[in-house]
Amino acid sequence: MDFITDTLAVFPSLIGAVPIVLQLAAGAMILALVLGLLVALARISQFKVLRAIAVFYVEVIRGTPLLVQLVYIFFVLPSIGIAIDPIPAGILGLGLNYAAYLSEVFRSAILSVESGQTEAALSLGYTPTKALWKVVIPQSFVVSLGPIGNYFIAMVKDTALTSVIAVTEILKTANILNSQTFQTTEIYTAAAILYLMLSLPLSRIVVLLERKARSRG
Amino acid sequence: MADNTIINVKDVHKTFVSEAKQSLWDRFRGKTHEVKRVEVLKGVNLEVAQSETVVILGSSGSGKSTLLRCINKLETIDAGRIYVHGHMIGYREQNGALVAERASVTAKKRTDVGMVFQHFNLFLNKTALGNVMAPLRDIKNLSAADARIKAVHHLEMVGLGDKLDNYPSKLSGGQKQRVAIARALAMEPAVMLFDEPTSALDPELVGEVLAVIKRIAQAGTTMVIVTHEMQFAREIATRIVVMDQGLIVEEGPPETIFTNPQHDKTRALLSRSQTSPQASES
Repeated sequence: MDFITDTLAVFPSLIGAVPIVLQLAAGAMILALVLGLLVALARISQFKVLRAIAVFYVEVIRGTPLLVQLVYIFFVLPSIGIAIDPIPAGILGLGLNYAAYLSEVFRSAILSVESGQTEAALSLGYTPTKALWKVVIPQSFVVSLGPIGNYFIAMVKDTALTSVIAVTEILKTANILNSQTFQTTEIYTAAAILYLMLSLPLSRIVVLLERKARSRG
Repeated sequence: MADNTIINVKDVHKTFVSEAKQSLWDRFRGKTHEVKRVEVLKGVNLEVAQSETVVILGSSGSGKSTLLRCINKLETIDAGRIYVHGHMIGYREQNGALVAERASVTAKKRTDVGMVFQHFNLFLNKTALGNVMAPLRDIKNLSAADARIKAVHHLEMVGLGDKLDNYPSKLSGGQKQRVAIARALAMEPAVMLFDEPTSALDPELVGEVLAVIKRIAQAGTTMVIVTHEMQFAREIATRIVVMDQGLIVEEGPPETIFTNPQHDKTRALLSRSQTSPQASES
């Protein structure tokens, strides 16, 4: 019984870190969505140079660990004069990383919209660019809603990695508590439960959103 | 060129080039790069005047769909000229050669040409009403209210006044095609192109679409129709054009073509349609 009450007692000290986690995840997701779409468009562009840059970006990001990317941004960039505070650095690292994965989601979603619709749009007087933005991209967003949601949940959990670049999110707060009280089991159990409490409702929301989107098409 | 000429196709050539993917092994062995060329249009001439209903007949592979798509610049051409309303579409002439024009210029010219496709090509994320409204809003820049009035009017015209809020997934093939017709027609193009509008439909749905097309023709809309429905072609056409292997081999009023075909290909097409059990309902 002591274990349960002790674990519960840890929550109030951890809960203060939840807004930081949400701030990280939301900020990084917005960055990842915008950049991911741009990278996806670059990859299907008719310009070879743009395509090459996009492929290079995706391969570099996917080929290196997120943890290393975060450390690089926070500890290496200052040596060339770019010093970024922990939270913005976390948002940047997570955003750049997830942009690479989301770009692949967007790319396949864009290619999945049948080309006949683009032809119909062209025949109605849309320019190719307008057809892409007005006809294809809105539909590919619906297709990618599920994967985007899943990546968002993964990102909420990956915010734990920013503990190594001094962001006082849940894990870092837990580490600090642990060094003071040594209630290791209770503290990390509480931290794990807290992550679960964040991700479970999110996956529920993703399922609902997906179902709503599908009922329209 | 007469003043009432809407479409003028002059000596158009088109070759599809497909490069056979060469395997690494073939390249090592120094095998020559294989390029497949199919000449689909071998010098086609066609004039369509205002209020004409031209039906193009021909077996598959004769180039009839390609010709239609070239008129809308959905396909590039290799040589020749295509004028719609006196303007060249997709190209400008520079020292006697074809030069591709800017996409935005082509887009503006395309509003003069409405097109209906074999597979409907509706915007799947929009309702019937949304499909017809979208280009009115995006291209014609009408207000939401004006676009709505116009879209509803055209959907009622094709008999879908009660299906405004249905998404394409909740429409039958015939209804989808009628939405597509309303969508193209609402843009008030100078000419409507129909690319096998009933080929993807179940036999029992063909009639409703043909009836709508017929009504539009009777309203005086200039049309070019590619179809396999012989009976329909005979009823609706003011002129029939028969294509074979990239060339127009025979053309004339339907009565002449159907009662006194001159070209072997025309006879073959007609005899095949008479033995086929599928008769048009309209």
